[in-house]
Amino acid sequence: MPDLKVSRRRVLLSSVSSDSHTWNLVFLQLLIEELGHEVVNLGACVPEDELVAQCLRHDPDLVVISTVNGHGYADGRRLIGALRRTGELAAVPVVIGGKLGVAGAADEQYAAELLALGFDAVFQDGADLAGLARFIESVRPLEVTA
Amino acid sequence: MSGSFAGFVRDARRRGNLVVQPRMGFSDPAEMRAGLLATKRARATAVGTVTLDSYTRVGDHDAVARALAEGLALNGYPIVDHDPATTDGVLAGVRDETFPVQVRHGSPLPESIFAALVSAGLDATEGGPVSYCLPYSRAPLKRAVRSWARCCERFATLADRGVEPHLESFGGCLLGQLCPPSLLLAMTVLEGMFFRQHGIRSMSLSFTQQTSAAQDEEALRGLHRLIDEYLSDVDSHVVLYAYMGVHPRTPAGSFRLLADATRLAVRGGAARLIVKTPAEAHRIPTIRENVAALEYAAEVAVDPATRRLVGESVADTGVHAEARALIEAVLDLHDDLGTALLLAFAAGYLDVPYCLHADNRGRARARVDGAGRLRWTAIGSMPIGHLVRPPRDAGVTSAELLSSLHYVERKYDRAALHAAPTRELRAHELDAGPGVAAL
Ligand code: B12
Repeated sequence: MPDLKVSRRRVLLSSVSSDSHTWNLVFLQLLIEELGHEVVNLGACVPEDELVAQCLRHDPDLVVISTVNGHGYADGRRLIGALRRTGELAAVPVVIGGKLGVAGAADEQYAAELLALGFDAVFQDGADLAGLARFIESVRPLEVTA
Repeated sequence: MSGSFAGFVRDARRRGNLVVQPRMGFSDPAEMRAGLLATKRARATAVGTVTLDSYTRVGDHDAVARALAEGLALNGYPIVDHDPATTDGVLAGVRDETFPVQVRHGSPLPESIFAALVSAGLDATEGGPVSYCLPYSRAPLKRAVRSWARCCERFATLADRGVEPHLESFGGCLLGQLCPPSLLLAMTVLEGMFFRQHGIRSMSLSFTQQTSAAQDEEALRGLHRLIDEYLSDVDSHVVLYAYMGVHPRTPAGSFRLLADATRLAVRGGAARLIVKTPAEAHRIPTIRENVAALEYAAEVAVDPATRRLVGESVADTGVHAEARALIEAVLDLHDDLGTALLLAFAAGYLDVPYCLHADNRGRARARVDGAGRLRWTAIGSMPIGHLVRPPRDAGVTSAELLSSLHYVERKYDRAALHAAPTRELRAHELDAGPGVAAL
């Protein structure tokens, strides 16, 4: 039997600064909790400085950014810069997903750039949610590595 | 006053025409102008919309400037950051007495937006202290209430210049889905009363198409009653929003949903309908998609089959009584509507299901029942316990939530896939461009 405490990750879930959609966040919180992890849900329209402060405060094993309003690429670029510039957060795994631009399927070009800027994974709209589950499992909880 | 947004809707209503309106906004001024022009030319009694982008909504003007410099498309028109001359250029020769234009935004602290739209000579916009705060921001409700009071008062002074300022409450939508109608009605009427307390004399009260046509029609009738009871001394009309939750993915499903919204608007006595397009589930709609949706709704509105249904009775399942109980409980809290709303949210008398905003108690829950109607599954501290008996809240799993959220999408996409499209529908789908092939 795997020790529950060890496999349980602390996931910080957040939107980007301009996005007020929250159904995505409500849904992802339930999903990630059902996978056995703890979720800190920051809600809508989270400015970068607040995201950084909350990451420092909660010390998450993983940060999940969810956005659908079409500004995800622009806001995501800014946000990952702010996180990676913060020494303690330079290596925390960060993923982003949802609808990242305003042009639907034509927005797929953004993924490569977001990865290059420091995201560990990008899940475009319609991506298999099992991919997120696998990613979370692949992250080693800090307690074990410490 | 004729020539105003409110006057246009009044005249259309007198003639028996349903006013249709898109949700349209582009960051590029030329495209914005083209969109307004196309709306004006549509075969429909249409009014124009300038929907603002999300950066403007949250007041992040640096981000607007960066995106414009980079040529990155925003999800709406940044009216505060575009030069006033640019906005004049967008509207010149387009907006006139035959074609009023409304600004739609979603900002809890809209001072600069009001200033920009008034300076552009516009007389109509949308919002409300609660409905543009809880669904749209993390701003404290208290700040939004103060800001909206100030903005209403300033907007109201347009009347001194012979302009009739018109304000639409977004209270009948909130998070767009999974909110039983009574709370939506209570919210839009309370916001209307808030507007009136701050000097606004012309307003629209809203409701959003939900999961059940019968429940929705009952709600619209209830809204008219509530307006008679609480807002009979101001100029007002009812505006219906075509479904605001997760949309069908097929064009045929989307058009069917729009047709039902149009029928609901006509049967429920709405003066104005805001449409959605087959792009809704995927991305920002194009100008063509918007025009196709407007024209389709206009056709369904005048279809004799639609008109025949007007005036039929609908069952009273208590939507009006619940809404009234909520309104009365809030009015009892304080004479100042803004203060009453703050107290009501703090006490959980108003509690929006699934809303994460820090000033919402977050104890209310709802789901779609077997008959397709929205039902409370938890009412928290809302004073409607004598009217509804929610089942013991068993909590909801992610799969159950997703299933409720996708109820409308499933229903309409399935219907679309199983039925042969009518000739009219097919023509409109073709108008809507790519995506039809997928069927
Ligand atoms: C409900 C809704 C609203 C409500 C939101 C209320 C709230 N607080 O949540 C209201 C009406 C207020 C609203 C407002 C706006 N909206 Co809106 N909204 C929708 C709508 C209809 C449904 C969204 C929804 O509830 N989905 C249910 C959830 C569970 O699913 P989801 O969000 O799609 O997320 C799924 C996947 O994307 C994925 N996912 C999401 N994030 C992540 C992250 C990771 C890591 C992973 C793995 C997966 C993942 O998992 C989820 C489950 O499958 C969609 C269109 C549609 N889908 O039909 C438009 C839509 C998202 N909205 C849109 C826009 C633009 C806006 C506005 C900016 C107004 C405007 N200009 O039109 C404002 C937002 C203002 C702001 N500051 O951001 C656009 C975005 C366009 C684009 N990206 O190209 C859409 C697509 C509509 C459209 N076609 O124009 N909206």
